[in-house]
Amino acid sequence: MKRHLISAADLTRDDALLILDTAEELAHIAERPIKKLPTLRGRTVVNLFFEDSTRTRISFEAAAKRLSADVINFSVKGSSVSKGESLKDTALTLQAMGADAVVIRHGASGAPYTLANSGWLHGSVVNAGDGTHEHPTQALLDAFTMRRRLSGPDARGGLDGRRITIVGDVLHSRVARSNVLLLATLGADVTLVAPPTLLPIGVETWPCSVSYDIDATLAKADAVMMLRVQRERMNAAFFPTEREYSRRYGLDAKRMAALPDHAIVMHPGPMNRGMEIAAEVADSARSTIVEQVTNGVSVRMAVLYLLLGGSEPAVTTATTTEETTA
Amino acid sequence: MSTYLIKNAKVLGGDAQDVLISDGLVTRVGTGIDAPQAAQTIDAAGHILLPGLVDLHTHLREPGREDAETVETGTRAAALGGFTAVHAMANTDPVADTAGVVEQVWRLGQEAGRCDVHPVGAVTVGLAGERLAELGAMHDSAAGVKVFSDDGKCVHDAVIMRRALEYVKAFDGVVAQHAQEPRLTEGAQMNEGTVSGMLGLRGWPAVAEEAIIARDVLLTAHVGSRLHVCHVSTAGSVEIIRWAKSKGWDVTAEVTPHHLLLTDELVRSYDPVYKVNPPLRTAEDIAALREGLADGTIDAVATDHAPHPCEDKDCEWAVAAMGMLGLETALSIVQQTMVDTGLLDWAGVADRMSVRPARIGRLDGHGRAIAAGEPANLVLVDPAARRTVEPSELASRSSNTPYAGMELPGRVAATFLRGVPTVIDGKLA
Repeated sequence: MKRHLISAADLTRDDALLILDTAEELAHIAERPIKKLPTLRGRTVVNLFFEDSTRTRISFEAAAKRLSADVINFSVKGSSVSKGESLKDTALTLQAMGADAVVIRHGASGAPYTLANSGWLHGSVVNAGDGTHEHPTQALLDAFTMRRRLSGPDARGGLDGRRITIVGDVLHSRVARSNVLLLATLGADVTLVAPPTLLPIGVETWPCSVSYDIDATLAKADAVMMLRVQRERMNAAFFPTEREYSRRYGLDAKRMAALPDHAIVMHPGPMNRGMEIAAEVADSARSTIVEQVTNGVSVRMAVLYLLLGGSEPAVTTATTTEETTA
Repeated sequence: MSTYLIKNAKVLGGDAQDVLISDGLVTRVGTGIDAPQAAQTIDAAGHILLPGLVDLHTHLREPGREDAETVETGTRAAALGGFTAVHAMANTDPVADTAGVVEQVWRLGQEAGRCDVHPVGAVTVGLAGERLAELGAMHDSAAGVKVFSDDGKCVHDAVIMRRALEYVKAFDGVVAQHAQEPRLTEGAQMNEGTVSGMLGLRGWPAVAEEAIIARDVLLTAHVGSRLHVCHVSTAGSVEIIRWAKSKGWDVTAEVTPHHLLLTDELVRSYDPVYKVNPPLRTAEDIAALREGLADGTIDAVATDHAPHPCEDKDCEWAVAAMGMLGLETALSIVQQTMVDTGLLDWAGVADRMSVRPARIGRLDGHGRAIAAGEPANLVLVDPAARRTVEPSELASRSSNTPYAGMELPGRVAATFLRGVPTVIDGKLA
């Protein structure tokens, strides 16, 4: 595995499977009364968040703490990058503090890439979402959730032949970009569904299919992932009205009924209930939305462990030779 | 004034000849010229002699951003690049939208003395695109402005553009348009295409340039004026300009060296040194631009030399400034992309980098034939030399060159401004 996780494209199939399998092992920790491993004791993980995202930050924080790392939360919220301290100076500060890993969420696409490749700091960089570029740990937790729900917790291997439909604002979605790349690596057949205005130029070169018609894809889908659509997009003429979007691309109970029995419904959150997803769908038995949050911690533990820890199996190593792995 | 004898230079890339320079003029061109007494002889065997280069598009940053460049440092860079005249763009602070500012820049150029500095006047007050600046006053000033541009911003309002084109007819001016439809490029970060889609960077579509050029050539025809299109960057723009020229309309265009060589694939590095406006495009665009420059559809190579202090480039892509250095590497890039590829000979380089830009800017003393009686604005090039670009060695105050570490062909051996060497042996005289 590379030293940083910036893009889902950084992961080979073996890398991705190693993360998913490691996460599966680490998931058992959550079932223990004491949800903690000493694996990363003495290591410092910085959560560097330039955008508000409580759910992603606490997920990374829980993951790092369960591995006994020291966690520093560094929020630069409200600070416009052009007016506040520069990314470079922030990075130099973190380097001086001895950060072993920096988990970065940033509004500018490419900021994690720049942080990892600038020479400003030496620790591992984990992209926790950058602009409209990528969100690789979200894709990993989505893949983890799909594998578990579709094949069971003992399943190993990829998602070969699984049909995944991703619906919504692909143009502005870092979740969609990372998912398309990772799911293709894992062998799934991905179909993106969106109005043409919300698909990027060049999407035909991506490793997936594209459709403007959600109803044409549902009957064969193993999983359907609904992306958040910001209501304000209608002001920039991406679609005429909220109601029209909801009618043409929203997942309601009627559409959900068209799914095969085993199919699951996913959403990276936060949801716009009544917009891209109906409340009864979000709360249905098919919905994995809460599970995705739980799985996020396991997957992020696996990522931090593999970037900072070592190549040996996570749980066994950690429990038997606590000190040497730190 | 000194006398120089340039021995055995290939004039415009042709046969070796001797060129005698005295009192600011070329006094003799021929073979076997003996050096007069007190003349300094320059052995130019294997070197190419061209008329001094003329840049239609230079950002000297003074007044206002002297931390990025000054007229002094910018004209040093220009001389080292083989230029004897540059047009200083108007987007300074304050904007060059009054006779006072253009005269200040003009005077700074005179004082620097290494290269003629011709200020470009803003088309609209403060580059805001709303009210015409006092174009006549700038023309009538000591700076004698002929070229007007809101470069950095597009004169997007069709009525303002029409009026500007009409108004400058009174003094043979030209409007140099930065063609960028503003609504289609809000927040744009790079060329809109496959790469921008993957990188999640807001796209700057080719149509935003082409739509404005199409409108402007039609306006130019309608009012019978003269239009110059800045930094053409797309294949479609070349097609539109070719069509406009076929109609006989007075439309000229320039291309930058970087748009002849670099593609948007470089943006995958998120290195802001590749952030520029208009953005780096695709290999297909580069092929069309080279072809357009070769067949004369594109009249000129202009650098769009855009210095920025390092803090404006040593940052995340989204907040980085747009623009890259060009003066000291332009001729090498043209040699690599046009001459060494067989698309253009050295006489063609002289035409596109000196003769035509001088004509567009109405500069009488530049872009002239190399013949007895003509002003001795000359550049001597060693085409066999190769050099590796080292940003810290550039004369510009800034170091945002996209060619750092690249080995480029050609080297400016000497530059003469009205008979006085500004560069000799590849170094500032």
